Amino acid sequence: MTSRQSEYVSDSGSDYTEYWVDWFLGSRGNEYFCDVDLEYITDRFNLTGLNQYVDRIGLLVDIITDRTQISETQPEEARARLEDNAKFLYALIHARYIITSRGLSKMLEKYRNGDFGYCPRVNCKLTPLLPVGLSDKPRVASVKLYCPNCEDLYNPKSSRHSSIDGAFFGTSFPAMFLQNYPELVPTHNVDVYIPKIFGFQLHTQAQLTRWRLLKREQLLKRLEGLKIDYGKEVPGGFAEPVDEVAGAK
Amino acid sequence: MFGHDYFVEVAPEFIEDDFNLTGLSSIVPFFRDALDVILDLEPEVPIKPANVPLVEHAAELLYGLIHARYILTKPGLRSMGEKYEDNCFGSCPRYYCQGMHLLPIGRYDQPGIETVRLYCPNCNDIYLPSSSRYLNIDGAFFGTSFAGMFMKMFPEIQRQCDERTKKQFELKLFGFRLNERAPGGPRMKWLRQYPQSKEEIEECRKCEFAMPTEEDEDNTGTTGEAEDGRMDEDNEEEETTGARASAGESMMSIVKD
Repeated sequence: MTSRQSEYVSDSGSDYTEYWVDWFLGSRGNEYFCDVDLEYITDRFNLTGLNQYVDRIGLLVDIITDRTQISETQPEEARARLEDNAKFLYALIHARYIITSRGLSKMLEKYRNGDFGYCPRVNCKLTPLLPVGLSDKPRVASVKLYCPNCEDLYNPKSSRHSSIDGAFFGTSFPAMFLQNYPELVPTHNVDVYIPKIFGFQLHTQAQLTRWRLLKREQLLKRLEGLKIDYGKEVPGGFAEPVDEVAGAK
Repeated sequence: MFGHDYFVEVAPEFIEDDFNLTGLSSIVPFFRDALDVILDLEPEVPIKPANVPLVEHAAELLYGLIHARYILTKPGLRSMGEKYEDNCFGSCPRYYCQGMHLLPIGRYDQPGIETVRLYCPNCNDIYLPSSSRYLNIDGAFFGTSFAGMFMKMFPEIQRQCDERTKKQFELKLFGFRLNERAPGGPRMKWLRQYPQSKEEIEECRKCEFAMPTEEDEDNTGTTGEAEDGRMDEDNEEEETTGARASAGESMMSIVKD
């Protein structure tokens, strides 16, 4: 308890928070996480298989839900280990929770607030990002950010986020999120950048870009064949090229 | 100065050569005074106290525009190369670019339109600087041609990029790929695609000078004209920068449309 308390005070100096979950979400670097319902955590069914990653799962659940507190009689290392395990377990439950409908709606709010940052790509025009893991197993890769506009992966801007495990969000989260909220699939911006010297485009880059635009044309033809609307009004459709660079030869 | 770590020091000889400043007097107000400030010369007529902030501002603008010309010359490119090696401009935020170093560029050569952007030679795309302190630096202080010139000057960057992964990210739901028919399905794959199979390489070869399809990309006519206008202007600049030797080389490999 003391370790948590002192850590919290040294972090921000604000009043002591009562609940473990609030403390966890309030500490620096955990801005990507949302709060998991206590009912979800206490339901044993939702924890199936997690005991292979942490031991004494029952005690950890009790710590997370504030039913017990880490006793102060234990040595420092044991307390720190319990603390770390509790965080780890919470994050793993979090990965499962955010693909449930309640979790998705909580993440939607965070997405709307731009808690995960915005796409750094200029032509994405600050599309909000979604956190994604490259593996569902913990300790494989750190969290990455997915941009629904350019459908690409980015590293988190801040180093305190790049140390978060990707398994705490899971590989399926962005897809689940966009399936659930299809209206949030952006109209894809199709502008591309081609480097120029004194107004002339660089040949290799321009050639590759032309080929990529050709690929896009082929995709549009395929969609047309399937009678799928890809206009700029539909989610997942394509915007008109506005930039002088796109479309110009 | 704060946020000015993208800049290199322009050689005083470059600034002193009036030839390198051709055309700048019409863009920068208080041109003479601003130039004196940059070169630390005592002005013949003291600047009116009311004008001091204006002159300071003009000096910043002038220095930036000279900087844009200077970094296209050989010594300029070399000093920018050192900064690039030190990763002064940051690394590409894209995961599959594996921390490729970025280059500062502007999308316009005229000042006051857009702030500086960062170009990644690997994914061939432009990004916003990660720190807000670079958001008040004008893109024209680096210019549209810098990234291209830089890569022609240091062809090993291109080789480095070719070795990097061509892998693309595929969004999966419980391990299953999404179909492109779904609104959230993969529809931007083309953006990072590289020709892999034989047919694709053949297709790419056909794209050498134009798109092979009948219905070419629209609005070619209008932008073509606009670009011609820009081209003349920029060619003038090329003369002034005195970067003719290296420019000549790179022109060989650029296609003229």
